[in-house]
Amino acid sequence: MTRRQLIPIAVLLLAACALPFAVSDYRVFQFNLVLVYAIALLGLNLLTGYNGQISLGHGAFYAIGAYCAAILMDKYGVPYWATLPVAGAVCLLAGFLFGLPALRLEGLYLALATFALGVSLPALLKYHHLEKWTGGVQGIVINKPEPPFGLPINADQWLYYFTLAVAVLMFVLAWNLLRGRIGRAMVAIRDQHVAAEVMGVNTAIVKSLAFGVSAMYTGIAGALGAIAVQYVAPDSFNIFVSIVFLVGIVIGGLASISGAIYGALFIQFVPNIADEISKAAPWAIFGIFLLGFMYVMPMGIAGAVRMAVARLQRKAQNR
Amino acid sequence: MKLVPIAALVAAALASPTAFAQKKYDPGANDKEIRIGNTNPYSGPASAYGTIGKTIGAYFKMVNDQGGINGRKVVWISYDDGYSPPKTVEMVRKLVEQDQVLFVFQTLGTPSNTAIHKYMNMKKVPQMHVATGATKWNDPKNFPWTMGWQPNYQTEGRIYATHILKNNPKAKIGILYQNDDYGKDYLKGMKDGLGDKAGMIVKEVSYEVSDPTVDSQIVQLQASGADTFFNITTPKFAAQAIRKAYDTGWKPTHYINNVSQSIGSVLTPAGLEKSVGLISTYYLKDSSDEQWKNDPAIRELAAFMKKYYPEGDLANSFHIYGYTVAQTLHQVLKQAGNNLTRANIMKQAASMKGWRADTMLPGIRVNTDGGDFAPIESVQLIRFNGKNWVRFGEILGK
Amino acid sequence: MDALLHQVLAGLATGGIYASLALALVMIYHATHHLNFAQGELAMFSTYFAWSLINAGVPYWPAFLLTVVFAFVLGLVIERVIIRPVENAPVLAVVVVFIALLVILNSVTGWIFSYTIKPFPSPFPAEPIFGKYMSAHEAGAIGVTMVVLLVLYAFFRFTPLGLAMRAAAQNPASARLVGIRVGWMLALGWGLAAAVGSVAGMMVAPIVYLDPNMMGGILLYAFAAALVGGIDSPGGAVVGGFLVGVLENVLGAFVIGNELKLAVALVLIIGVLVVKPTGIFGKVFVTRV
Repeated sequence: MTRRQLIPIAVLLLAACALPFAVSDYRVFQFNLVLVYAIALLGLNLLTGYNGQISLGHGAFYAIGAYCAAILMDKYGVPYWATLPVAGAVCLLAGFLFGLPALRLEGLYLALATFALGVSLPALLKYHHLEKWTGGVQGIVINKPEPPFGLPINADQWLYYFTLAVAVLMFVLAWNLLRGRIGRAMVAIRDQHVAAEVMGVNTAIVKSLAFGVSAMYTGIAGALGAIAVQYVAPDSFNIFVSIVFLVGIVIGGLASISGAIYGALFIQFVPNIADEISKAAPWAIFGIFLLGFMYVMPMGIAGAVRMAVARLQRKAQNR
Repeated sequence: MKLVPIAALVAAALASPTAFAQKKYDPGANDKEIRIGNTNPYSGPASAYGTIGKTIGAYFKMVNDQGGINGRKVVWISYDDGYSPPKTVEMVRKLVEQDQVLFVFQTLGTPSNTAIHKYMNMKKVPQMHVATGATKWNDPKNFPWTMGWQPNYQTEGRIYATHILKNNPKAKIGILYQNDDYGKDYLKGMKDGLGDKAGMIVKEVSYEVSDPTVDSQIVQLQASGADTFFNITTPKFAAQAIRKAYDTGWKPTHYINNVSQSIGSVLTPAGLEKSVGLISTYYLKDSSDEQWKNDPAIRELAAFMKKYYPEGDLANSFHIYGYTVAQTLHQVLKQAGNNLTRANIMKQAASMKGWRADTMLPGIRVNTDGGDFAPIESVQLIRFNGKNWVRFGEILGK
Repeated sequence: MDALLHQVLAGLATGGIYASLALALVMIYHATHHLNFAQGELAMFSTYFAWSLINAGVPYWPAFLLTVVFAFVLGLVIERVIIRPVENAPVLAVVVVFIALLVILNSVTGWIFSYTIKPFPSPFPAEPIFGKYMSAHEAGAIGVTMVVLLVLYAFFRFTPLGLAMRAAAQNPASARLVGIRVGWMLALGWGLAAAVGSVAGMMVAPIVYLDPNMMGGILLYAFAAALVGGIDSPGGAVVGGFLVGVLENVLGAFVIGNELKLAVALVLIIGVLVVKPTGIFGKVFVTRV
């Protein structure tokens, strides 16, 4: 990474760290959710943007991660930070196991399979034989973590910093993965499936791994989300969540790490903005926002930013 | 120096009641206004319930036009939560921390209210008259800032169970329930009411809100040989169930939960002749029932709807629900007078003895005290005769 | 045995609902090679148009025809105005446009007509036929779906316009070279799909009652039905619809219970797709490397 690219990232990080002291607790909570969604969207983008496998059911992995955290904290008294690796591991396995049979499915058919996953998970969460663990329709209430070592910040701020640290870690890991052999293999599979196979890429393993890693990211996001909201219930994880995630990565920018952040900001704040604009039909306004973004920036916000930066650089060179 | 007139003025001022009633405010209340917060599902699968929030908003607009409450205008701030608990948490935090409302009123849905239950009590902000019939809102010892309003689902389920035990002790019961907390609460009520006779239930089948029809479930229940049917469904599915049960020739003793007893929005679409014999309970008058056409309270409701909420459909029972619960809050705020602290709001809400709104059925009253945070606990058994809901038996519950 | 028969017939009745919307999905795919998620909401919106006409006093069949025409024009206009700007955008951008269309239609309908359920009339007699197993309307709706299917099949197979539409969807570049106005073929496809959808909506509404969220659950089943039958086969979509309806009912009543019947039905469908990835009646496409 060039020093030029590092500067805006450093500035962003600095701003993110200063945020909790500049805004109210309620806003800190909202930005906490933005970070959570950013991790989830990064996960989905790894699979759909970089590997070309569409998923309409990532809300299911988000739910699995959330319930892992809730069950561990509520029934086994596991501390909140320890639930993250467990949620990640469970979802890594679940994603990989789902990815294997899905190898045979392409495009629309894969979309249906993932859609089925997204639709079925709430039903499973409500299933009365599993009620003992999942809490059934009543859900599970969990406690907010307190800042450790008696730090002079409140619970909202602590959780924000915790989530920020996890997010930075996950983003760095993803950037590393995509730069390496596996990342290149993923993109190769997306662009030219048969050619990649011929060149010696083990498409089956890479595709299933992509599913697994993608699910892991979204699962960890789910766990963080559950801790922030302090409550999980089947109603929180319906198919709409999966659809909103898909919208998020397209708006943010497919195959782009920064796209996850833009997308997260969009899905967190634009529905609220739409609600302010029209009480009567807020989702119609949201739909109009979607249309507008797709007409003006079909490559997503990250795509538009990339083009703008390139144009500026060309102008600077031509002088 | 005109001492005498000044003394007279001072004496007059001291004697007036407003000088004695100390004005006490918590965030959200001042001399001019009372800020009330709310979340409702205006979008998503439960959007049919959003009309309740709109009715309440319209009611307080009417109150403001008539001068407000004790001279203060009501500022009604209602956000959409799409029936998604994380969104409810976000919106309620916004109401409490950013919009600085005095209290939150009629937040709708059991999961939505569960998600904010701890938060509201930790922040010591009243979670008033929640729009759900779950039993857990009546727990003043552990959650002193939360209060329900409508008769709870378990009590209603138990009432039907008692009725079955009394009138048909050899009944074979089939149950259709919505697979969520509302459905399961009713189910528990019936099972508790049957006690060790719970074996009378020969079949229980569930459905999801996303299911297109419940026809298959009705067929399953008929095939089980049940002769008594407890129908725990929301309006759309209730209409389907009533119609299908009739069309397949299954003629059970049919109990329907009070969420779906509206003549206008359920029985008419299902078919009035197919709904004859339906048994339910209710605590409000059915605004689409002919017998109340000339009732002054219903006339007032119709006039209110016409002026302040003309898009609303008077036949929809959600409107009379919203209207009546808003009237209940109106009474609480009137009682609070100039002491608009959150603690006093809870205190007034917990001191309603025998109050009633005229849109309630005769004999139904609101009763609360320090240990009883369930305002309405009494209901009336009703039976449909093809045209009206006929009251029978005595008022049950407290 | 009687119970099984009853469930199967009830399954055929609901399957007819899924089949009719699946036809619209296959229609739009045939014409544009895109799967329009907003098809259900379009159908629902058209049905509300019909309801408004009937409420204003227009008799049933004229209202029916007017609605089909309205839906056709609406579909056409949507393609030209809303879909055209993203014609060359990546596939997922188009998907987001479909999602936007879905939420806009749903939200606007709820705003105009409110969320209270409304009964919708049926042109068929009220007495049940087949004993008490199926209402006349449910049987009639299946019949209407079959008629639509035959009309579509004949249109695509035997008319030059149908051929032109298929060409435009499969190979737009070559189709242009032969003189086919691809843009208008796409618009026509949308119009036809919307018209088929409006028929589906008007057949479905008397059974499930009209409300803005009417088509949400059905869309999922229709999607599964269209794919299991083969996304490019209208006949497959109809067979798929019946299959899904009966499977769901039988699973729910006799095998796994109502809570998990949807999940299991979907798993089975995906199982079929894993074995036969292009659906039961679908054609296998060979792509050049």
